[in-house]
Amino acid sequence: MSMTISLADPLVRLVLALVGIFAFVALNGLVLVYVERKVAGFCQRRPGPLHVGPQGLLQPLVDALKLVGKQLLTPAKGDRILFWAAPLLAFLPVALCFLPLPFDASLKAIEINLGLVLILAFSGVNVIALCLAGWGSGNKWGILGAARAVAQSVAYEVPLLLSVLAVAFMSGSLDLFVITESQGAWPWQWYAMKNPLAFLIFIICAVAETNRAPFDLPEAESELTAGFHTEYSGMGFGLFFLAEYANMIVVSGVAAALFLGGYQGPVASGIWWFLAKLYAVLLLIIWLRWTYPRVRFDQLLNLSWKRLTPVALLVLAGTAVAVRLGG
Amino acid sequence: MRDQTAAAAAPTPPVDMSFWGDSYAARFEPDPSGERMIVNMGPQHPSTHGVLRVLLELDGEYIVRAEPVLGYIHRMHEWMAENRTYAQFIPNMGRVDYLHALAWNWAYVGAVERLTGMEVPERAEYIRVITCELNRISSHLLWWGAYLLDLGAFTPIMYAFDDRERILDILQMVTGSRLTYSSFTFGGVSMDLPPQFIPKTREFIATLRSRLPMYKDLVTDNGILRGRCEGIGILDLDTARRYGATGPCLRGSGQAYDVRRAEPYSIYDRFEYRIPTESACDAMARYYVRLSEIDESLSIVEQAMDSIPEGPIQGKGPRKIRPPKGEACFAVEGARGKIMVMVQSDGGPMPYRVKLRAPGFSNLSLFAELAQGTLVSDAVSILGSLDLVIPEIDR
Repeated sequence: MSMTISLADPLVRLVLALVGIFAFVALNGLVLVYVERKVAGFCQRRPGPLHVGPQGLLQPLVDALKLVGKQLLTPAKGDRILFWAAPLLAFLPVALCFLPLPFDASLKAIEINLGLVLILAFSGVNVIALCLAGWGSGNKWGILGAARAVAQSVAYEVPLLLSVLAVAFMSGSLDLFVITESQGAWPWQWYAMKNPLAFLIFIICAVAETNRAPFDLPEAESELTAGFHTEYSGMGFGLFFLAEYANMIVVSGVAAALFLGGYQGPVASGIWWFLAKLYAVLLLIIWLRWTYPRVRFDQLLNLSWKRLTPVALLVLAGTAVAVRLGG
Repeated sequence: MRDQTAAAAAPTPPVDMSFWGDSYAARFEPDPSGERMIVNMGPQHPSTHGVLRVLLELDGEYIVRAEPVLGYIHRMHEWMAENRTYAQFIPNMGRVDYLHALAWNWAYVGAVERLTGMEVPERAEYIRVITCELNRISSHLLWWGAYLLDLGAFTPIMYAFDDRERILDILQMVTGSRLTYSSFTFGGVSMDLPPQFIPKTREFIATLRSRLPMYKDLVTDNGILRGRCEGIGILDLDTARRYGATGPCLRGSGQAYDVRRAEPYSIYDRFEYRIPTESACDAMARYYVRLSEIDESLSIVEQAMDSIPEGPIQGKGPRKIRPPKGEACFAVEGARGKIMVMVQSDGGPMPYRVKLRAPGFSNLSLFAELAQGTLVSDAVSILGSLDLVIPEIDR
């Protein structure tokens, strides 16, 4: 009996896609480290990495090598299993979030008509990892960071969901390909233009969900030393770092697909349009980080519960009425 | 929850005073309910700037009690003074507060001059004023950058350092060093202004004046920053007086007390300048006061450069100083407040006693009171707004 391995087999496709995604995440992680440091340098009137490789291009590789080479320490008061489960749990769900992303019209890992739900579900797992990390470290700053992470995540998932729902209403689907296709190639056909408030809320929540400054409270360097990852060394920290960047790529990809027309462009639609839009959102997030001070914890929660959530609800209601009247 | 009466009746645990024991933490008793957490903020913490340690009792993220613990960078400066000649102690002053080294330098030199009755020539006084004010600006700029770093903004400190670097270049021309200046000597200054000094300084003043509005637009008017500073760490005038707060901390509470005006020294009475005060008493008020002081210092430097006379830079006096028996005090306005040095002589070649009054010490004492009932993030903001230099506090 002979086994044939064909691309039509969903299992083969899934394995290939996962390998591709890990390669994509690792590569983009390296690129992002470089981009982040160069943009930071640009914001701060300094050159950024310059000496490792041409224009400092090899800096992220060397950084990664350094992290890999470091000793892994478990704090004496920590919970060994939870402590080491946390970085893995932070990274793995993010990889799954890439599966339904519409890179190109025919470039997809899995056929699923609930892609949006899958992404929202798995991006919520990330916070459990932060919680475990804080708890498993047996460090007081770590616990404070973990508590912040949970409260922040709960607060910002609500308006995020509401703004995404508005887009689902407009396109009538939860499939990211259908949502992308329902927008046109030109900017005025994008949902970001048709529903700017939802886009704004989505971007704010995306920054908060990925724990990036000005909402980087769980790690708040100047307050909690390093928050939930205070005790991690070497690749333990490295995985959290990679997960943060992978998360950023996911939310930027979702933003590109939901609000910016995805892989469609005025000329030569294709994956490059998707990547260009993805990186535009990423650059915006990086720019925010190097410009603003950090908000305080209660201000962060107030912003979500008192401003964003009511506005998002109104936007959702308005969108529903508009869709009903228009369609 | 444990039984309250049982907890009260339980004998207090013996305080471990051995080398490895932490006597501070042992005395800092947790509340009997056991629901609060005791945290060490520092001595290794990114926003305690060096080696300040604060013991915090936290209820969630709220601070119930805060107690600063000192001594991690105590270098026995006052004791060192008793073991070297008067001139040999001058370089120590730059190490007390490395951000406003010249003010400390001036306070010590001034006290010895007062003790021996030495005269300082006119030109030397002008050089002292110019360099000291430039040093004050560099200190305030560094505070500005570091404070925003505490609040989580990474970029302003790079801009602050860019400007500060120019000041260091200028000061290097006159003093020969970039951080721990000790160019004031008894009866004058050690080096005259080089010819390119005045044009370079004027150029710097123009550059900084053009950048200050940008800082206001980008940073001071930022909503997030205001949310972190306004209404935080309210320091009423009465409390400030009780703790002996001076400098921008006191002026931020509405009292226009400045040693340059209150106990005029040197030639400060010849210049026109405002003493900035704010009535809001919060961290933002202290922020505004420091930024306005940069403006005022720039104006003083300009006026001094306009009217600087020619002449000697060193007064007459013996090379080796042996002041008569007695004591003298000299106070100057430092970037952080009133700096005072008391020198007591027994007629020998070495001081009998030197007492250093550091403004940071009084300002730090405020922290325990201000931090009570605030969030950890606010405590970081308050600590930053007091502008503490820990080596100055520990000496």
